[in-house]
Amino acid sequence: MNHLTEIESEAVHIIREAVGEAERPVLLFSGGKDSVVMLHLARKAFAPAPLPFPLLHVDTGHNFPEVLAYRDRVVAAYGLRLHVALVQESIDRGELTERPDGSRNPLQTHCLRRAVELHRFDAVFGGARRDEEKARAKERVFSLRDEFGGWDPRRQRPELWQLYNGRHGPGEHFRVFPLSNWTELDVWQYVEREHIELPGIYFAHDREVFRRDGMWLTAGDWGGPRADEHAEKRTVRYRTVGDMACTGAVESSAMTVRAVITEIAASRLTERGATRADDRLSDTAMEDRKREGYF
Amino acid sequence: MTAATGQPAEALTTTAASLLRFATAGSVDDGKSTLAGRLLHDSRSVLSDQLAAVEHASRARGLSVPDLALLTDGLRAEREQGITIDVAYRYFATPRRRFVLADTPGHVQYTRNMVTGASTAELMVILTDVRHGVVEQTRRHTAVAALLRVPHLLLAVNKLDLVDFRAAPFTAVVDEFTALARSLGVPEVTAIPISARDGDNVVTASTRMDWYGGPTLLDHLETVPAAGEPDDTPARFPVQYVIRPGATGQRGYAGRITAGTLRVGDRVTVLPAGLTSTVTAIDALGTPVDSARAPQSVSLRLADDLDVARGDLIAPVDAAPRPTRTVEATVCHLHDRPLREGARVLVKHATRTVPALVTAIPVRLDPDGLRPTPAHGSLSVNDLGRVTLRTAEPLPLDPYARSRRNGSFLLIDPADGSTLTAGMVGQAPGTAGESHEANGQSR
Ligand SMILES: Nc1nc2c(ncn2[C@@H]2O[C@H](COP(=O)(O)OP(=O)(O)O)[C@@H](O)[C@H]2O)c(=O)[nH]1
Repeated sequence: MNHLTEIESEAVHIIREAVGEAERPVLLFSGGKDSVVMLHLARKAFAPAPLPFPLLHVDTGHNFPEVLAYRDRVVAAYGLRLHVALVQESIDRGELTERPDGSRNPLQTHCLRRAVELHRFDAVFGGARRDEEKARAKERVFSLRDEFGGWDPRRQRPELWQLYNGRHGPGEHFRVFPLSNWTELDVWQYVEREHIELPGIYFAHDREVFRRDGMWLTAGDWGGPRADEHAEKRTVRYRTVGDMACTGAVESSAMTVRAVITEIAASRLTERGATRADDRLSDTAMEDRKREGYF
Repeated sequence: MTAATGQPAEALTTTAASLLRFATAGSVDDGKSTLAGRLLHDSRSVLSDQLAAVEHASRARGLSVPDLALLTDGLRAEREQGITIDVAYRYFATPRRRFVLADTPGHVQYTRNMVTGASTAELMVILTDVRHGVVEQTRRHTAVAALLRVPHLLLAVNKLDLVDFRAAPFTAVVDEFTALARSLGVPEVTAIPISARDGDNVVTASTRMDWYGGPTLLDHLETVPAAGEPDDTPARFPVQYVIRPGATGQRGYAGRITAGTLRVGDRVTVLPAGLTSTVTAIDALGTPVDSARAPQSVSLRLADDLDVARGDLIAPVDAAPRPTRTVEATVCHLHDRPLREGARVLVKHATRTVPALVTAIPVRLDPDGLRPTPAHGSLSVNDLGRVTLRTAEPLPLDPYARSRRNGSFLLIDPADGSTLTAGMVGQAPGTAGESHEANGQSR
């Protein structure tokens, strides 16, 4: 069996198991390629019936406008239900304060926890992959979270065969990761095979960017460029889409899915290493954020 | 250090033919992490930022060459203790195959992680240090591989550089291991002499062992058959979800085929109720097909309007398992709280979860040779043993020797939902009296 067909079958199996076991599933949808692929798989899993759960987007307020437009187009095209949790609203309510570096990525955790609590979601689909980062290599497919959304590696249940234990106590929920066994290359190959549309910023385009910490960041009112940084036009694309303040672009001429696949296969940097400032903070940055309830 | 083979990037962009899931096991310091690091590194799956991090960490520890073991070192607690304490999954690809590597720890108290890693593995690499040969840990790891019926065993005899790359020490380890494997009912073993540190026979053929004419470790991983179950296994289809497309559409039964092949026109029975019907359509995630096989996810339609729900099992009428309420199984206990006779548990089998009573725990199996010893009615964490369960509703089980998917189950604590125990229907392989029957069915 072709490996894409096999991991597709596995992901669909995981999604159907979670929906079979949970009362209130929800799918985290950012418009990023992993969440787009996850949505595609979820729609296939229940076709021809409509998707039996809503989407949730934690909007930092620093999202790329192109990505938000894409999100809304997808939601309208497939008649989906979308909840949006706004980081700005939590800041306005005084639950959160802006960080000095302008990054709102760490603030998402709070909004996610709050939305899960408010809607009593008990299975939250995330697009995280084990190949992304060391702490994720040990993540379960069904990852148990306590009432505070926290992840305790020692409390995680062993997962054997294809048996996922979805039982949880009151207030606890599961993060479910259907793409656990996918790599970045698999995601792109699947996008190609299934002709999945992605936001345009994944492909090479001209953009006003400036250099910070060795990354190309998009100029914008979130806090850049500073006086000592200067914006210039470059041909770039994004390998991940997130908060504009910490998601860097790479210089690239890849304008098609095929060209992106060739570029990734040849690339010598992981996608997080290349473009995510939040993982550069320390060797255990991801592990620490997961303990606090990050995806 | 052998240079990276440098596969052309182009080759990796094509969709690899198939996927192989494998696990590695070895005692502490046999070189498991080094081997995993070497596979990732030499297949060019290690990217420059990861390598830079490893070089940095190696320098910080006063090492002159990068320690590839650090590539697969996971959580902080482990880094502090310097040992691997949980199953970590790694991914790499060659132009021929995509690989999922379950990196399982060698430490004594973590049998449960080995069992976990082995449960989905189609191949297990058992690593030994050529100077030490078969040690207690080797026996345990081989016993787990036999118990979990991992289809292929690969003995990697490591550190050949420390015995001047001579054949005799290698052959001695292989002979000892082959005898062990046979006693555990494992019919076939492949053995490869390697130096994980230097890369000999891992990805590139060694130039220092002329006497060895076999494949490199990666060659073997790339060519071993990936099919987990024998082709003649009867079909098993646990229903995960009933798709109801509006008022007029016909119901679809969504699930993943766990064994065998299903065809349009098959006469099937829906268990445990035992109703019968005919498969009228198979939808392979958007494509109508005439047949589909494990491990595909599909949805089925049946000719008759039956009452089918999540938890039911669809199987061919003429080769269906007989649902039973008495389950005899070999288990590995996974939880810190012991499992005791009389315990009320939940059994999760395929997509069905039912209450059950642990009626007997007659036997513990010693972890080195799976020999039965008295269990005195309880099993502790990491114990292997036999249990008898009485379930509240009948379960359509197969012997694990015939189907790893339909013959396996979990025991769950009804109070807090913890996963307690991993279960395999039937007797362990290689144990007195039963080896014939079990092997006849599995191979
Ligand atoms: N001489 C030699 N040393 C090796 C070889 N493979 C691993 N080692 C060393 O053995 C030690 C333990 O290796 P490691 O991979 O951490 O073992 P693990 O505990 O099984 O993961 C380290 O010092 C390695 O450098 C080998 O092929 N030859």
